[in-house]
Amino acid sequence: MFRFRDRTTAERIIKKLREMGLNIFLMHVCGTHQDTLVRYGLDCMLEPCGVKIRQGPGCPVCVTTPEEIEEALILARKGKIITTFGDMMKVPGESGSLQSMRGKGHRIQVVYSIRDAVELARRVREDVVFFAIGFETTAPSTAATLLSDPPSNFSILSCHRYIPPAVKALLEMGETRIQGLIEPGHVSTVIGTRPYEEIAERYRIPQVVAGFEPLDLLMGVYMLAQMIRKGEWRVANEYVRSVKPEGNTKALKVMDEVFEPTDVAWRGFPVIPGSGMKLRQRFEEYDARTLFEDELKELRGMEFRTPSGCRCDEILRGIIDPPECPLFGRVCTPQSPVGPCMVSAEGSCSIEYKYGRRKINRESIQMGSGKR
Amino acid sequence: MCLAIPGRVVEKEGDVARVDFGDGTLREVDVSLVEVKVGEYVLVHAGFAIQVLDEEDARETLKLWEEILSQEVTP
Ligand code: SF4
Repeated sequence: MFRFRDRTTAERIIKKLREMGLNIFLMHVCGTHQDTLVRYGLDCMLEPCGVKIRQGPGCPVCVTTPEEIEEALILARKGKIITTFGDMMKVPGESGSLQSMRGKGHRIQVVYSIRDAVELARRVREDVVFFAIGFETTAPSTAATLLSDPPSNFSILSCHRYIPPAVKALLEMGETRIQGLIEPGHVSTVIGTRPYEEIAERYRIPQVVAGFEPLDLLMGVYMLAQMIRKGEWRVANEYVRSVKPEGNTKALKVMDEVFEPTDVAWRGFPVIPGSGMKLRQRFEEYDARTLFEDELKELRGMEFRTPSGCRCDEILRGIIDPPECPLFGRVCTPQSPVGPCMVSAEGSCSIEYKYGRRKINRESIQMGSGKR
Repeated sequence: MCLAIPGRVVEKEGDVARVDFGDGTLREVDVSLVEVKVGEYVLVHAGFAIQVLDEEDARETLKLWEEILSQEVTP
């Protein structure tokens, strides 16, 4: 009942798009959208229809800054047990990666859920720090956990971020002429469609919240194309089966109880006002930055460089496609990634590397294959 | 990271449910962020249910698509 991969419908949409004689540039901010787009070859079907789509800063691993990664590395060196999602392991920081730290005998544990990190903390005496990354899809799980009285040796290194401020920053910077936005379905499941209304008004930009099946995305593109043609700037919802206008109010309440907005930098971006999630003072006892303030003093005065030649910054701002980076596929591969966009399963570079070669000889969408 | 997968709640005790993802995988999921009953479908992300899905909404999607696609393309 939740499969939406009917080939005839896809062909119908493509035909309609072709008839429209488009030449438009769209942006989305979600690694899962990028995966659907490239995995099923939708990018190749859309380009001849005059539709170009790029991923902006929509990969939590990729937008985490070198400073934040260094915080986790320092805490690992100081004997804390660092827990995090798998994709974070290989991201190169200034003094190595979490994976290389583990190789040196420091304790780094990959978890599927923050619940696993809490369980680990209950079993051991050492400090367990959860390196908390993710947007509004993930942040409620961190918030709910802190509200359920975790053990005192458990703490959070919050690198959670809000999506709407990043979307605004992207539009504000105006480096690319974005004509429409595909908003992320699962972030929107939590925040609803309302936060986008203000963006639509202010920047006069059409937006569609879309799901992750190939047809969801094609439908989203078609809805945007129609709005662009008509000169409208509404917020439309294609993903009605998951996204309500008000979002998940319970999750929003929990998130708001635990976090407050703060100004943070995103990789590739300057500081984005109100885009970071900081633990409220009430939860100070779980805030790794407060608890381990002394340990983290090392960070001061450290300089962070982008790996030489890496163009992740431009990838994250949606200015270039991965093959435009001279290191892509040659020096930088998933086996030995240079930048985070090649590490994370949600980074544009790793997705392009994984599926991009399918573009050769690909004639129609492979709707049936590609099960996640 | 933001990927969420639908599954059916087969058991529930307090805020913890056992969810069947259809391919033989059963996982423990925290359902404190939603109101869900046994037998219903939830969307699960990183061990937490973030939404309840129902068949009515799925039908709604197909209706929405049909409506949009049956409109004429404006030249
Ligand atoms: S290919 Fe590698 S080095 Fe180039 S932008 Fe992508 S991640 Fe960075």
